[in-house]
Amino acid sequence: MIPAVSAAGIHKRFGSTHALRGVELNLLPGRCLGLVGRNGAGKSTLVSILSGIVPPDAGAVRFDGQPAPSLGDVAAWRARIATVFQHSMVVPGLTVAENVFLGRQPRRGPGPLGLVDWRRMRAQARTIMADWGFDVAADTPCGSLTVEQRQVVEITRALAAGTRCLLLDEPTAALERGGVRRLFDRVRQLREAGVAILYISHHLEEVFEICTDVAVLRDGELVLAAPMTEVGKEDLVTAMVGSPERAGPAAPAPPPAPSRPRDPGGTQAPDLVVSSVTAATAGTLLSGVSLTVRGGERVGLTGLRGSGATTLARIVAGAAAPDAGEVRLDDRLIRPGDRAAALRAGIGYIPEDRQAEGFVPLLGAAENITMTITERISRAGLVGPKRREQRAAPLARRLSLVSAGLGQPVRELSGGNQQKVTVARALASDPALIVAITPTRGVDVASKELLLAELDRITRQTGASLLLASDELDDLVICDRVLVLVRGEIFTEFTEPPFDREALIAATEGLGVR
Amino acid sequence: MSEIKDNLAALTADVESALTRRRSRSAAAISWLREAALLPVLVVLIVVGAVLNSHFLTVSNLTGIGQQISALGVVVVGESLILLIGGMDLSLEATYGLAPMVAAWLIVPAASFGAGTMLNPYLGILILLAVGVAVGFANGLLIVKGRLNGFIVTLGMTILLAGIQDGIVKGQSPFGLPGPFGYLGSADVGAIPVSLIVAALIFVVAGLFLRYHRLGRAIYAIGGNREAARAAGIKVNRVRIGVYVAGSVLAAIGGLMEAGRVSSVASTQGYGEGIIFAVFAAAVIGGVSLQGGRGNMVGAASGVILLGVVQNILDLENAPNYWIDAIDGAVILVALILARVIGGEASAE
Repeated sequence: MIPAVSAAGIHKRFGSTHALRGVELNLLPGRCLGLVGRNGAGKSTLVSILSGIVPPDAGAVRFDGQPAPSLGDVAAWRARIATVFQHSMVVPGLTVAENVFLGRQPRRGPGPLGLVDWRRMRAQARTIMADWGFDVAADTPCGSLTVEQRQVVEITRALAAGTRCLLLDEPTAALERGGVRRLFDRVRQLREAGVAILYISHHLEEVFEICTDVAVLRDGELVLAAPMTEVGKEDLVTAMVGSPERAGPAAPAPPPAPSRPRDPGGTQAPDLVVSSVTAATAGTLLSGVSLTVRGGERVGLTGLRGSGATTLARIVAGAAAPDAGEVRLDDRLIRPGDRAAALRAGIGYIPEDRQAEGFVPLLGAAENITMTITERISRAGLVGPKRREQRAAPLARRLSLVSAGLGQPVRELSGGNQQKVTVARALASDPALIVAITPTRGVDVASKELLLAELDRITRQTGASLLLASDELDDLVICDRVLVLVRGEIFTEFTEPPFDREALIAATEGLGVR
Repeated sequence: MSEIKDNLAALTADVESALTRRRSRSAAAISWLREAALLPVLVVLIVVGAVLNSHFLTVSNLTGIGQQISALGVVVVGESLILLIGGMDLSLEATYGLAPMVAAWLIVPAASFGAGTMLNPYLGILILLAVGVAVGFANGLLIVKGRLNGFIVTLGMTILLAGIQDGIVKGQSPFGLPGPFGYLGSADVGAIPVSLIVAALIFVVAGLFLRYHRLGRAIYAIGGNREAARAAGIKVNRVRIGVYVAGSVLAAIGGLMEAGRVSSVASTQGYGEGIIFAVFAAAVIGGVSLQGGRGNMVGAASGVILLGVVQNILDLENAPNYWIDAIDGAVILVALILARVIGGEASAE
């Protein structure tokens, strides 16, 4: 059988990272190929190349045995392959029919003067929907549709263009259970009608349920490709994590955990109590999560994107407000969604996205670092650059911040040093509880180790507690226990470091013992 | 072994920091140049003015310029604060008219188109300030708490306020402002107008406040990255509302100066004259970014002076009346282009 899509010898580099190394992939009509791999394995890059968004450095994509259209010819690509992205690509202000025929509306009259034939457009949209048994009214504005219905619109758009190959990129990430069921029905129906499907997911159980074949990407290489019937869950997890020696206890060398000497002064950090927190944001649902972090304890939160680990940490830090539930530190209620109140209560915050929340790019390093303590260091509200630099200098030294003086705008610093500024800003307020979200994201290995060692040391020295949300397992090494979230609920808990890497990964996928 | 590693790391850090330091020193020089970007333009303009008209460089003409631009300058300080925090306020021009109008209406006799209440002029000044606070607070609440778009809120507010300004006096212009009320705009200390001294003080205080007060720094932080400021525990919404209030109060004070200078409140003062364009032009020419987070009072002041000097040269040269607006607009555009050319990519945004 001629593959609907075949990718051969695909290489792609971004600067110094080799994102894809010679990937071979075939999508056959009537088959559904599951593509799995950890974050950064190269899945998104492969999707971009197959959808004609970025060109490969080497290798070729072919459709039905024909060479792929040139990169700029969007219409030709769309007729061959259609991608349903994680983030909806429908135009909210337009109706379902308009979105289905976006850019290629049926016309009345010839050439550029042809007017849109509204009646025919609606009728055709209805026909396609009816043919596939989709139930969305053609003249509804897309803005009022549910996430699931928007997905249907996107699939319909692809089918209307004559596409017989679909890429579904994490299609269940924002769906609730019923929606997932119906999506699976649709995928099966499409498959049986001869559509070729590439199904990308973090959830292995979904892949087992819906896919006929599976491929695993690791570090840009395709390490496993087989029919679904020939592999087990263990095989997949092993393939995703890597060779057995790398799957051992989480690297790098864990610091000696037991019998931690606490602050000699004996000041005990207060307990954090989170009760029944519920929140619904784009792509995440938290349903009644409760947890306690004892004074001085270091607790890790991990989970896949959309599992709620990050949202939960943001809520604790006061950076986001829950729909229901409460956060108490030292038995005092923290006003929900009030970052300033959380700071006053003693909660330091290292945000996930440093560009968005970590620093003010035009202001200097010292000013950014002391931004959490301006009230403390100002006299009658006044504070000069010298005083700021005095306060910032010890922290900057401690984190080996490299800058041309602490007045240098943070915009001019490297990513790793920007992250150090973000971390220093959180530590400056001498917090009783540090909430850190992926504190080592996008920094080089040396800075990564330094930041983790420093978080470890500071919590030991000051007796501060730590709530560390991260999907990088290496970050969790400094934690005393780790909670794994799956789909907005605490799935399981690991209480004894060092944590087993493979078991952690399996747990984030919703596998393993509860 | 680990010692060697440490030493090596320290050495690399030293080299890197030396390199970045050199880079940053040149960056600092460039940023100083940007602050002074308008200086050469001003010098050229003054030379041009002096050559064209022998009266230009006299004390009386220069103080005249000073008096003319001080009212505008105070409004520019207000608008700059709002721009720095990442907002915008079109209604400052209407507050500039309405606040003195309400006060004048309540203090002058009915024969001078007052309401007949004949309030004490000092009370009038308090009322003027109160109008400023009220308008700024309303804007701030609508924009910050109501999450409405600042452009459209303040546009609507402009029309509303200007309408009230016209309505309460039925299109008349109250005149015969009592001494204390007109003092700020009309009195002199020696040869120097009080309004110029006060405006200069406001610039200096605002400049120092922005540089050394933690709320001033919070304004830069919020304008530079609102979410980062929030994450650092700055009370973003409170500061933003406060800045809208401060901006409106400054506009009211500017209006008081203008009323004193012409010793009446015209029903067209502010909105009717369309001063908001000059306000924005002065701020932007002076390097205050419309994107927020960038700019300072030195720049804003030089923008104001530049506009004032140009206006004065046109007046002295008896530029044809019907063409004044066109020349004015052309000058603003040229000044913007010059500021961009001299100040580089980041300026005049």
